[in-house]
Amino acid sequence: MAGEPAEATPDAIVETRDLRKSFGSNEILKGIDFAVRPGQVVSVIGASGSGKSTFLRCVNLLEWPSSGQVLYHGEDVLARGYDVNRFRARLGMVFQQFNLFNNLNVLDNCVIGQVRAAGRSKPEARRRALEFLAKVGMDPYVDAKPAQLSGGQKQRVAIARALSMGPEALLFDEPTSALDPEMVGEVLAVMGELAASGLTMVIVTHEMAFARDVSDRVAFMDGGVIAEEGPAAQIFAEPAKARTREFLARFHAG
Amino acid sequence: MTTALLAAAEAGGRNFWEWVAHVVQDYWPWLLKGVGVTMFLALTGTLVGVALGLGVGVVRTIPSDKHSAGPVRRVVLKAVNILLAIYVEVFRGTPMMVQAMVVYFGLGMAFQIRLDVVTAGLLVVSINTGAYMAEIVRGGIQSIDRGQFEAAKAVGMNHWDTMRGVILPQAIRNILPATGNEFVINIKDTSVLMVIGTSELFFQGKTIDGILYQTFPVYLLVAAIYLVLTFTTTRLLRLLERHLEGPANFTLATSSTTPESILMAGGENYGRRTR
Repeated sequence: MAGEPAEATPDAIVETRDLRKSFGSNEILKGIDFAVRPGQVVSVIGASGSGKSTFLRCVNLLEWPSSGQVLYHGEDVLARGYDVNRFRARLGMVFQQFNLFNNLNVLDNCVIGQVRAAGRSKPEARRRALEFLAKVGMDPYVDAKPAQLSGGQKQRVAIARALSMGPEALLFDEPTSALDPEMVGEVLAVMGELAASGLTMVIVTHEMAFARDVSDRVAFMDGGVIAEEGPAAQIFAEPAKARTREFLARFHAG
Repeated sequence: MTTALLAAAEAGGRNFWEWVAHVVQDYWPWLLKGVGVTMFLALTGTLVGVALGLGVGVVRTIPSDKHSAGPVRRVVLKAVNILLAIYVEVFRGTPMMVQAMVVYFGLGMAFQIRLDVVTAGLLVVSINTGAYMAEIVRGGIQSIDRGQFEAAKAVGMNHWDTMRGVILPQAIRNILPATGNEFVINIKDTSVLMVIGTSELFFQGKTIDGILYQTFPVYLLVAAIYLVLTFTTTRLLRLLERHLEGPANFTLATSSTTPESILMAGGENYGRRTR
């Protein structure tokens, strides 16, 4: 059985091995081997229902894998007694539905996790929160409640919330899929800047042009497995598998 | 009909309104004491009940799947949940009047615990309210979008911090109308504590009636007082709810903050007081 630290992908932040997930008798993930190294931007593309989101949610254990391994710097996070909360605090997550804390204003959304989970002092947490809110252009809105913001603004706050934690990598679960078309651009612009700044990112997305232009690597998922994975330019220009070509044909046609 | 009643009241030498005036004039300290005890029991009982209900609600939502808890912890959680379920079912499923008798006389007989009637009454109201609030809190927590839990998990917050910082503030706001309703119900239902002799409003009325034999004027007055209490409480709770909704606007933190920018950001309630 795999899983000896010696076999781990060198300096991967997070790695999955033969990751499987079933809901009842329905197997959604059928053995995923995946790794992301510091500074990499990896996009996960594929049709709806191919298991992209489930895969991402298994990586930070919002869904518990049915079998296989999730390794964080070579450590098995599924092992009994492993501090899952500490692991999650080291990976940021940006959700399709934003999931800002509705009872807190913009600033406190970015402060609460730092204070409660990362153990930072409030002044330190506020300073960091303001820094990252400024980075996504949401610093004028520190007093606003989530209900008072547009979708694009909410998602930028959600990104600032995740960045404030100081994560090693950021996971994006279809971050623009719930946005009105005119708001997609502002969120992708922020994500593009983050990618350029060297942040490690795993992005589940339907934005093909963005995936092609921003990612180092692209993984194409089909039927619960990674059907093809490689450099973004290669996947988009000359995919090896017929299934990948078929999926990307719609993008190239449009 | 009215004349018949008035005639009955006049049998004692006074007419109906004279009896009402007499009760108010000579017995107002008794009634005032009753109001005091009733409001004390209703308010304190509701507050303690809410605290109990929140506690029970939070414990009952602790994740007990096999990834979140070890085997010992799961067995303990399961046992605690069964006990809490029994508590809720027993106190929601039996009349408070019977509970009062069991607690007041039962504790004395079985354990030689002699409570005074107000303490016993408070205990009964609190435990009873706690059982109802536990279900209300559970519903309140379940009504919160799953994404709120997931976002808290994703930043690494534990169950308690998630509850305290994110879920309960939202759940409490959602269950505030139901909680106010419990308070108003308690103002009225503390009257059953007269079976153990707690000197709440109804008991005081019964005592006055026992002296004067003027059942109709006395209880009509008692009823009027209850109505004033519940009506006032309902209005105050409505105000509290509106206050907790918070400001409809926020101020943009820029050097060029203008009324126009606030208007654009605020929405339909522009002009309302902001905190």
